[in-house]
Parts: sequence; C-alpha cells; structure tokens
Amino acid sequence: MSSLFAIDPLLDGGLLWTPLIIILIKVLIVFVVGLVATMLMVWFERKVIAGMQNRVGPNKAGPWGLLQTLADGTKLFFKEDLLPDRADRLVFRLAPYLVLAPAFLAFAIIPLGGDFRDGKGGLVTLFGHQTRLQLADPPIGVLFALAISSIAVYGIMLAGWSSGSKYPLLGSVRASAQMVSYEAALGLSLAAVLLVSGTLSTAGIVNMQSSLGNWNVVATGFVPFFIFMIAATAEMNRPPFDLVEAEQELVGGFNTEYSSIRFALFFLAEFMNTITMSALIVTLFFGGPQPISIGNTTLDIPLIPNALEGTIWLVLKVLVFLYIYVWFRATLPRFRYDQLMDLGWRLLIPASLGWFMLLAAQRVGRDAGWDQIVVTLVTAVVLILGYVLLQLAHKVSRANREKDGASF
Amino acid sequence: MELFVFVVAALMVLGGALGVITRSNPVHAALSLVLTLFGIAVMFVSHDAQFLAAVQVIVYAGAIVVLFLFVIMLLGVDQTEDVNIEPITVQRPLALIVGVGVMGIVIAAVVASKDLLGHRGDGLNATTMESTDANIRQLARHIFTNNVFAFELTSVLLLVAVLGTVLMARRVKSNGAGK
Repeated sequence: MSSLFAIDPLLDGGLLWTPLIIILIKVLIVFVVGLVATMLMVWFERKVIAGMQNRVGPNKAGPWGLLQTLADGTKLFFKEDLLPDRADRLVFRLAPYLVLAPAFLAFAIIPLGGDFRDGKGGLVTLFGHQTRLQLADPPIGVLFALAISSIAVYGIMLAGWSSGSKYPLLGSVRASAQMVSYEAALGLSLAAVLLVSGTLSTAGIVNMQSSLGNWNVVATGFVPFFIFMIAATAEMNRPPFDLVEAEQELVGGFNTEYSSIRFALFFLAEFMNTITMSALIVTLFFGGPQPISIGNTTLDIPLIPNALEGTIWLVLKVLVFLYIYVWFRATLPRFRYDQLMDLGWRLLIPASLGWFMLLAAQRVGRDAGWDQIVVTLVTAVVLILGYVLLQLAHKVSRANREKDGASF
Repeated sequence: MELFVFVVAALMVLGGALGVITRSNPVHAALSLVLTLFGIAVMFVSHDAQFLAAVQVIVYAGAIVVLFLFVIMLLGVDQTEDVNIEPITVQRPLALIVGVGVMGIVIAAVVASKDLLGHRGDGLNATTMESTDANIRQLARHIFTNNVFAFELTSVLLLVAVLGTVLMARRVKSNGAGK
C-alpha cells in the first residue's frame, strides 16, 4: 500500500492532512498554469508568426492583444454546437476530452522548479514537509509520458471516425498512422537519454544534468535530441507535419464536423501539447530547472531563492523551444505523406536505433575497460554495414515492385 | 484504501469485458477493451509493478487496440451488426465450452494455490523498493540473465510472425498486375 503513495516523499508516512492539502494545491497550480500558459501560447504564436509575415497580429483585445485568446474562447462557448446526423453521439462527444486529458496529464511529471544544486535533488520544504515542485514523480517517470502520448492517438482517431463522414475519417486515419509511426523514433531516442542517465524518474534525470557538459543533449551526442525534436513535432501534428489538418485535401481534417467549444478543445490540446513537449525536451536534454553552469561557475540570479530560480530557468528554456516551434510553422512547408512515412521509417527509426546501440556499446566498453576509440570505430563500421544492407534491400524491393508494374 | 483501489479497478476490468462482448458496434467494443486494459494497469500499479503498468498501457492500449481500430475503420465494418445471423454454426456452442473450460482452469488454479494467497512473492522483494528504479532494474536482471533464452526466442517468434505477414500480404505475380 505504502508504495502507491511512494511517488512523492510527502506521502511516506501515509495520508495526513497537510500533505494532502499541499498536493491539492499542486494539482490546482499545475492545472491553472497549464491553462494560462496555453492561452498565452496561442497569443505568442499568433503574434510571432504575424511578425514573421510582416503583419501586426492580434492587437485589439487587451494590451498587445493579450486577451485575444480569452475573447475567442468566450465567443466559441456561445456558438451553436452542431451534432452531425450520422455521427456516433457518445464517441463524438467523448473525443475532444480524450484529446485534452492526455495533454494535461503529461504535464504532471515535469519538474517545474526546485533546487537541484549541491546534491539537494530538487527537494524543497513546504510547511515542514519535504516535497518536489512537480505534481508526481512516479518510478516509471518518462515512461508515463510515453504511455500518455500513445493514448493521445485515440482522441483524434475517434473524433474523425465518429463524425460519420469521409474527410474527417481520412484525416484521422492519416493522423493515427503518423502518430503510431513516429512513436517508435520518439521512444528510441528517449532510450538513449535513459541509458545515459541510468534512471527513469524525471527528477532523477534533471538531477544528473548538473552542468553544461553533462546536459543530456551533449552526453547523448546531439543526435537523439534532434530525432526527439522531429518525432515530437510529428507526434503533436504541428507543422511541417500537420497533414492532419491539410485544408487543401481534407477540407479541414479530423475536426471538420466539430464546432463551437468542442472544436476549441482540440486546439487547446494542441497548444497544451506544444508546451508539454517543450518542457519535456528541456527536462530530458537541457537540464530542466537546473541553472546554466560551466565547470564550477554557475549563472546565478541574485536575490531569488534557488528553488524559485529553477522555475525561472525552466520558463526561459521552454520559451526558446516554443519560439522554435513557431519558427518551424512559419518557415517549413508541409511534408507530402510518402515523404513523411519515409522520413519516419527509413531515416529516424534506423538512425535512433543505431545511435542507441553505439551509446550502449560505449557503455559496455567502459565497463569492460576496452579502448573507447576502438569500440566506437568497430560499432560505427558494423552500423554502417547494416545501413548499407538496409539500403540494398530497399533497392531490390523497389526494383521488384517496378517490375511488377507498380508506379511507386 | 487497497480494497478501494481493487474494487474500482475490478469494476473497470469487468465492465470493460462485458462491454466487449455485449456492444454490437465493433468500435464501442474496442473502446471497452481499452477500459479493461486500463483496469489491469491500475491493478499492476497497486501491486508495485509500475513498469508493467506502463508497458501495459503503451503496448496494449497504445498500440494493439489502435491497430484493432485501424482495421475496423479501414475495412468499413464499423457498423452495428446483426448478431442473430450466424455463418459458422458450430462456433457458438464451441465458444461456450471453451469459455467454461478456461474459467474452470483459472478457478482450479486459484483453489490449488490458495495457501499462497496473501503471500507477497519475493521475486521483487520489498527491501529494495526504496530506490525508485529497483523495480525495473530487478525485472531487467531477471529477463536478461535467467530468462534470456526465452526472451530471445520470443523475439524470434515475433520476427517470424512479421515475415509471415509480409509474405502473405505480397501480391502473387500475375500478368499486368497493378495496372
């Protein structure tokens, strides 16, 4: 029983009132922060993209148009909610929440602050109880994020199917195929991080990345980070992988038949996911709430307690990634569907698997006391041979298909 | 508390299982299956098997049922079916017999091992549960040392299944196929 609560040091002594209240407050904070951040993210994206396209962007509601999202949300609340005649009533109503819930749940395992310096491990003391500034730190850690992202497929799939019309169905089948395909690359690049950190818990992963040199982005050798970033973009169906909402071919995508607040919920979830994924990238690869430090010198923000400073660092780092996502959207054209599948299956999955094996070989070599350079070279040669064989296999199968008369 | 968790999870599992066999719409049945799988994941967590719970959700709920839904949607069998028409007449009585048989075996197994009930297995022993990663570490050690052959054989089995599928799905060469 005790283990059910072992996800947080707060609950070690069983259920007491103070810890319970602290946790309820944490839940509330995570929920509110999530919603407000999403609101600001919508504004941020519209404003930045407007700047990139030489427009002004939202500027009427509130100062700098800050309240534009609130205005849009209120408007959507009062619009008529249409239910298509051929829709599956129950599933049609359920689907938006199935998209929204995972977006919020994944936020629960992100360390939102705390002092990770001097071996404190991110623990802070609140009302005499030790706790972490994160909603939950389950032993399965980032696997929880993977589980949640694999659940997120249902919402989109069922939304398209339950609409009872062709275009949404096409959009949702395409979306789910894309999300299932990129999940493999996402998981494999994540495995590289886990291999280097030696722990699954997000707080533990952050704790390992104490200075710039051992941030996981460096420790795993950059490749897993890029693969994770690309796969995450595809998982979120953001541009350039937004085939789900390809207006040109699909009228709109899986959400064509949705209107009013249900329609808004899908977009709320999409922006929420962008924030969560950025926070996850920062946690996994860029030290989360850890300050930037090189060697023994740490960039310290004066006058602010270290635990709060963690939050500031996290926000700053997440902002960088949010900006990058908006940048992607403004610059990159949409992929064609076969290009998308080729990139996922032929490039990202073999690359992440190969890189993972290289890292694993180095670890084994270090434990056995072999020469690191020889180990790396031998592994690289083996992997390149494997890749050449794979390419040959592709070539043969393509030649066979062409002989059969298929056009692709 | 443990009883409460058990009751809720058991209700999820049973409710989902009943849904799978009573809903006439295949998509609804598949969703009920997801409910069952989630219930089992909750059971795993309450038994300290967090890793199994995560894998349960990732593999079963996240991949296998998604594939079920895929097939249902792509084949267009997502309409409510009339279950009174039975193309293969033997399968219903046969299903009844097999169902009762499996249930008998499970009950027999529980009765036969009733002195083990309430005894926590020492495969994952409680003293090492302090460290958060003990669970997955012990599991990995078991799989990759004591049971490594079984593990590798399972992966070969899956590979064979994949190859078999590819072979079956490949079109037999005929004149002017695909034109």
